[in-house]
Amino acid sequence: MSESRDVGDPPSRPAGDGPGRNERTSDQRPGDDFSGDRPAVVEVWRERDDVEPLPEAPPEPVQREQRRRLAEVWETPKGIRYWSSVNNSDVGVWYVSSCFIFFLFAGVLALLMRAQLARPNATVLSADTYNQVFTVHGSVMMFLFAIPIFEAIAVLILPQMLGARDLPFPRLSAFGFWCFVLGGVFLCGSIFFGAAPSGGWFMYPPLTSTYTPGIGPDIWLLGFSFIEVAAIAAAVELIVGVLKCRPPGMRIHLMPLYAWYVLVAAVMIVFAFPPLITGSLLLELERAFAWPFFDPNRGGDPLLWQHLFWLFGHPEVYIIFLPSIALIAMIVPTFSRRPIVGYGWVVLAAIGTGFLSFGLWVHHMYTTGLPGISLGLFSAASMAVSIPTAVQFACFVATALAGRVTRSLPMLWMFGAFAIFVLGGLTGVMVALAPFDFQVHDSFFIVAHFHYALIGGALFPVLGGVYYFFPIVRAKLLSERLGKIAFWISFIGFNITFMPMHLTGLRGMPRRVFTYPAGLGLETLNLISTIGSVILGLGVAVVMFDVVRPRRKQATSPRDPWKAGTLEWVQEMPGKDWGIRSIPEIDSRYPLWQQPNLVRDIDEGRFYLPDAEEKRRETLVTSVIDASPEQCQRLPGSSFLPMVAALTVGGFFIFGTFHWWTLAMISLVTGLGVIILWLWTGTAQIPESTTKDVGLGLRLPLYVSGSSSIGYWGMCVTMFADLTAFMSIVFGYFFFWTIHEDFPPSGSTGPGVFWPAISALLIGSAWALTLLARRLNRLGRARAFQLSLACSSVFALLGAGALIAGPWRTGLDPASHAYSATVWLLMIWSALHVVIGVIMHLYCMARRFAGRMTARHDIEIHNVALYWHFTWLTVIISVLVGAGFPLVTGSMP
Amino acid sequence: MSEDLREGHTSLWWVAAAPAIWAVHFLASYGTAAVWCAKRGSESPLSLARTAILLYTVAAFAALAVVALRGLGRYRAATSQHPGDADTREARSQFLGFTLLSLSGLSALAVIYEALAAVIIGSCR
Repeated sequence: MSESRDVGDPPSRPAGDGPGRNERTSDQRPGDDFSGDRPAVVEVWRERDDVEPLPEAPPEPVQREQRRRLAEVWETPKGIRYWSSVNNSDVGVWYVSSCFIFFLFAGVLALLMRAQLARPNATVLSADTYNQVFTVHGSVMMFLFAIPIFEAIAVLILPQMLGARDLPFPRLSAFGFWCFVLGGVFLCGSIFFGAAPSGGWFMYPPLTSTYTPGIGPDIWLLGFSFIEVAAIAAAVELIVGVLKCRPPGMRIHLMPLYAWYVLVAAVMIVFAFPPLITGSLLLELERAFAWPFFDPNRGGDPLLWQHLFWLFGHPEVYIIFLPSIALIAMIVPTFSRRPIVGYGWVVLAAIGTGFLSFGLWVHHMYTTGLPGISLGLFSAASMAVSIPTAVQFACFVATALAGRVTRSLPMLWMFGAFAIFVLGGLTGVMVALAPFDFQVHDSFFIVAHFHYALIGGALFPVLGGVYYFFPIVRAKLLSERLGKIAFWISFIGFNITFMPMHLTGLRGMPRRVFTYPAGLGLETLNLISTIGSVILGLGVAVVMFDVVRPRRKQATSPRDPWKAGTLEWVQEMPGKDWGIRSIPEIDSRYPLWQQPNLVRDIDEGRFYLPDAEEKRRETLVTSVIDASPEQCQRLPGSSFLPMVAALTVGGFFIFGTFHWWTLAMISLVTGLGVIILWLWTGTAQIPESTTKDVGLGLRLPLYVSGSSSIGYWGMCVTMFADLTAFMSIVFGYFFFWTIHEDFPPSGSTGPGVFWPAISALLIGSAWALTLLARRLNRLGRARAFQLSLACSSVFALLGAGALIAGPWRTGLDPASHAYSATVWLLMIWSALHVVIGVIMHLYCMARRFAGRMTARHDIEIHNVALYWHFTWLTVIISVLVGAGFPLVTGSMP
Repeated sequence: MSEDLREGHTSLWWVAAAPAIWAVHFLASYGTAAVWCAKRGSESPLSLARTAILLYTVAAFAALAVVALRGLGRYRAATSQHPGDADTREARSQFLGFTLLSLSGLSALAVIYEALAAVIIGSCR
């Protein structure tokens, strides 16, 4: 939407300013930290219109004032208000720490399981406790460690790596974090009351629907849905961060590989998590209200759950794996002292893996009796995905071979990860073959396989990442000696634990059974595994001790201790709250290696945004492909609102678990109020002037609406996730159609045609009026704008009523058949979206009325119009499927 | 600098094109086979469904060729004097061209894998 560009100057680079090209030499300041063991400066071919830093540093008093103002603006609050911080450097540390606490908790559960399995017929844990322990172990490791640790690390270091002051939506990060902690504590806490879920981490019905009374499954379904919402929020943040918050000049082919991986993994979250949220919604509706989605007696099918779960579950393995590989992609070049070999190939591998991993889900369902051709198709995709995986490993090995590898602790962990992961990959190729899988399905062979894949593909790289990035957080290095000890104990302990499990599985021991009889040849293997697990636990304990031990006396780490080349290492030691002193112009992949004097120029404020004259937090927004500066984005400061919003919205899910619906609704409405307050006070603020001089002769707009604004991007990504969740319900509808002879079932009335048609008409009008309102607002016709939105709201509410009236008037009983339940859900889902759209309308009207939105400052109505595009699409699909499809099948012979 | 290297003339969406073609081919093949077998019973031959999958494969190859040619054009258009990591629009365009081309290759391979399943397996058993 180019109309938004007319706010302030068009975002473009100043042409031809700055000194000539290649004038500056690599003369380093005396005393510069950056000398010595550094690769020779790689000559960078530069373009004529490239921008150079200020030739002279500002006078020292000016610099001092700039630093003082930046420090004041970005200062982390003290005392209790510390917890209101939204700065990525604080939230990131909380996030990573909580992930590791959950990891240790789940690790202790693993040791309990191994204690139970050490000897045949042991009674350390009862069968029921054992079920809870393995369910919580798996769920916590997956949902509270493996996935969030990726987002946590990214929140912590991505802004640094991109030379941004913060991520685009700092309060959203904080909100995501608090949701995560609340949901995590709720889930972990349940095991102390013997109320934890016990149906395995993938929660297959009917075990978890018909055969598990109590609240265990509800805790899982609602708790994790809440955490998944937080994960999607973080994914939105990271996608927009990578695409729109890069430093000027960091073109798409100069991005750090880490950013590519984060982009791919975050996009995967947007499309992989919604099917599970939908699945959880269906299962919870069955448990709470007897809507029979998975009950074959009433037209449902448990296999639908398996499809929805693994449609999430397999991409999820790669969502865990790719960001860990990303750490390898950063660490290997650093210690090989050269740029990555085959940058383009690694990008190919990241994108290729991201896509292909969505074609693997049925390989978890080989034994469910699907037709051979279906298995064949998924087996083929499972084979294909190993190609890009191999490509990236080949690039890493080539980088190490082509460079001068220096011995270092992070590299040691990476080599360990290589070794373990390759073994996990090899057994992965074995189980991708359907006939072999039939043999070892649900045995300890599978347990061994995925622990090799996940510990090699995620845990070891993450621990290597902890050693590598620790100085960024604490400005101290972790102990080399303890690190080596920890590595070898963990590596040996891991293999002693899991190597024998291949054999245990091949000898027929099933997973998830709390004990085994003597005399089957399993005793020794299990005992070895248990001993190994204790050794592995010791190794992890050494790492944790090193991380938390007091280190007052230890010297501060030198700046860029590893002599790395990427931007996060320009950080001062210890780091400042403001992140980066001035936002540099980037023209290489490894700026610290390839751009002379970069650190000096950043430190002396010779680049963009060296100051905070207006006492506001700011960062730059740039274009997607070439990172041309587009906007100076004002960022919100510390606030308790995200935390309160998380607690109140979380209350809905927690009270819902116990079926306390009144409290749940009160909590939800309060949460909605808090979120509106947050939006009202913290977003789309009208700046005091249209443009701002960001330095180096560049003026940028302070307010941008429409498709260039980051809020629009955030909304767009969120709505793709929302649409994916909705399409999962539609998938359910057609899944039921394939398995039933007559669908809709004979005798069922369906929602009729009249009411759905009326609703489509009304909601279509509401959508059109929203677009009209956006136009009227731009024309400055405030009253017409208000009238248009008011009419739109009325039409929308009537339309929502008509959506519900369809199945209501025809007497469709959702508890009678899976068909009725699905139709009801389609209509309710669409109607709810329409109602939320009306709330957005009222918000826009109030903003316009209060003067917080004007003809030119119209972010809100642009984003709401975008929301309405998606809502209109949702309604159309609901009506076509609900009312239209029976007409089509009815006409068929 | 030629006109079409400006940012407004390029889009990141193209990067997703080739794997998206694979995804459509994959879903169409799976959907066709699954519905066919669900409606015809587990003993029936794949006959028409098999033909359909092979037709999808031809269509997918045609679409992939379009993407690959576009990528090749971009890749070749940039003169070889710029290294791949140069801070220029040419290098960026070349990189995106390479990405399009290599992703088309990977997707084509994956499509062949899928098609092979339909070649080898002839019934719903």
